[in-house]
Amino acid sequence: MVEYLLILVSTVLVNNFVLVQFLGLCPFMGVSSKLETALGMSLATTFVLTLASLCSYLTYTYLLQPLGLEFLQTISFILVIAFVVQFTEMVVHKTSPLLHKVLGIFLPLITTNCAVLGVALLNIKKSNGFIESILYGFGAAVGFSLVLILFAAMRERITVADVPAPFKGAAIAMISAGIMSLAFMGFTGLVAI
Amino acid sequence: MQTLYFAITILALLALVFGAILGFAAIRFRVEGDPIVDQIDFLLPQTQCGQCGHPGCRPYAEAIANGEAINRCPPGGETTIKALADLLDVEAIALDAEHGAEAVRTIAYIREDECIGCTKCIQACPVDAILGAAKQMHTVIVNECTGCDLCVEPCPVDCIDMLPIEVTSTSWHWQQPLDLIATSSQPHSPASLEGLSHE
Repeated sequence: MVEYLLILVSTVLVNNFVLVQFLGLCPFMGVSSKLETALGMSLATTFVLTLASLCSYLTYTYLLQPLGLEFLQTISFILVIAFVVQFTEMVVHKTSPLLHKVLGIFLPLITTNCAVLGVALLNIKKSNGFIESILYGFGAAVGFSLVLILFAAMRERITVADVPAPFKGAAIAMISAGIMSLAFMGFTGLVAI
Repeated sequence: MQTLYFAITILALLALVFGAILGFAAIRFRVEGDPIVDQIDFLLPQTQCGQCGHPGCRPYAEAIANGEAINRCPPGGETTIKALADLLDVEAIALDAEHGAEAVRTIAYIREDECIGCTKCIQACPVDAILGAAKQMHTVIVNECTGCDLCVEPCPVDCIDMLPIEVTSTSWHWQQPLDLIATSSQPHSPASLEGLSHE
C-alpha cells in the first residue's frame, strides 16, 4: 500500500513529467492560455495516460516478451496507444455526447504526446508490475493536470499584467514555466523512487 | 535475418488487427449528425413558432448546442426548460420574458362559414396543419396544430380563433396549493409576518 502511495507522490510532485522530466511540453504551452481548455485537456490526458500505460503493459508482457521482440516496444506502443484512443473516442462519441463534448477534440490531440509514450516506455524500463504501471500512468497524468491548470491560471493573470514589451506573449510564458519548474525542483529527494 | 522478417510480420499483423477493429467500430458506432442537437430538438415543442428568435425549433436546438440560453421557448415553458437543464446538466432558469410568456396551450379553429378561401393562413402555417384550397373553405387538422398563433394575423376576415386545449390525463398537472401558502391576500398573514419581524 505504501509503495503505491509513494509511486503517486513521486509521479505527481517529485518526478513531475512536465516540470522535472520535461515531457509533454507542447500541450503545456499550447492549451494553457485558457483555464477552460486546460481543464478539458487535463481530463483527456488523465484518461489517455492511464489507459495507455495499461495497454502498453499488456502488449509488452503478453505479446512482445513471449515472442522475444522487446526491441519493437516503441513502435508497437505508438500503434497500441493510437488504436485504443481512437477506439474509445468512437465509443464515447456514440454513447455519451456530453462527455464527448468535454473531451472530444483533446483525445486525438493527446494521443501522440511524448508524455504518453514516455510513461509507457518508462514503465517497461522500471519493470513496473500491472497495478504499478496503471498507478504510474495515473500519477503522471495527475501531475500533468496539476501543473497545466496552475500554469493556465497564472497565464490568465499574466495576460492582464503589465509585461515589458520584449517579454510579451510566449517569452513571459517560458520564463514563468521555468520559475515554476524551479519551484518543483524543491520536491527533489522527498521520495526515493 | 529471420528475426527481422518475424518482427515485420508481427507488426503488420498487429496493425492489420487494429485496423480491422477500427474499421468495424467506424461502422458500428457511426454517429449521424450531432447527436446532442437531435436530443435537444426532441425536447423542444416543435411549434416552429419562431418566438425564440430562430426560424424554427431545429435551428434553436443547434443554437442551444452552441451555448445559447435554454429559456427562450415560451410554448415549451417551464417543462421544456427543466428537461433541457437535465439533459445539458445546467441550472434551470426562469423563462426569458423578452421572448413571450408561457400561455395556456391552444389550437387554431377556423369558423368555416366565414372563411373566404384566401389560403393566406395556409402559407403562414409552419407545420402544414391547415387544409384547403383557393376559394374553398379551410380547416385545421387538430392533431397537427401546434398553437403557434402565426395563422391568426394574416387572416383578412378574422375567422380564426385560438381555442384552449381541454385538459386530458396527459396534459393535466398539479395546481400550486395557493390557499396553503401565507400570502398578502390571506387575512392572517400580514399580522403573523409583522409579529415575526418584531421579535
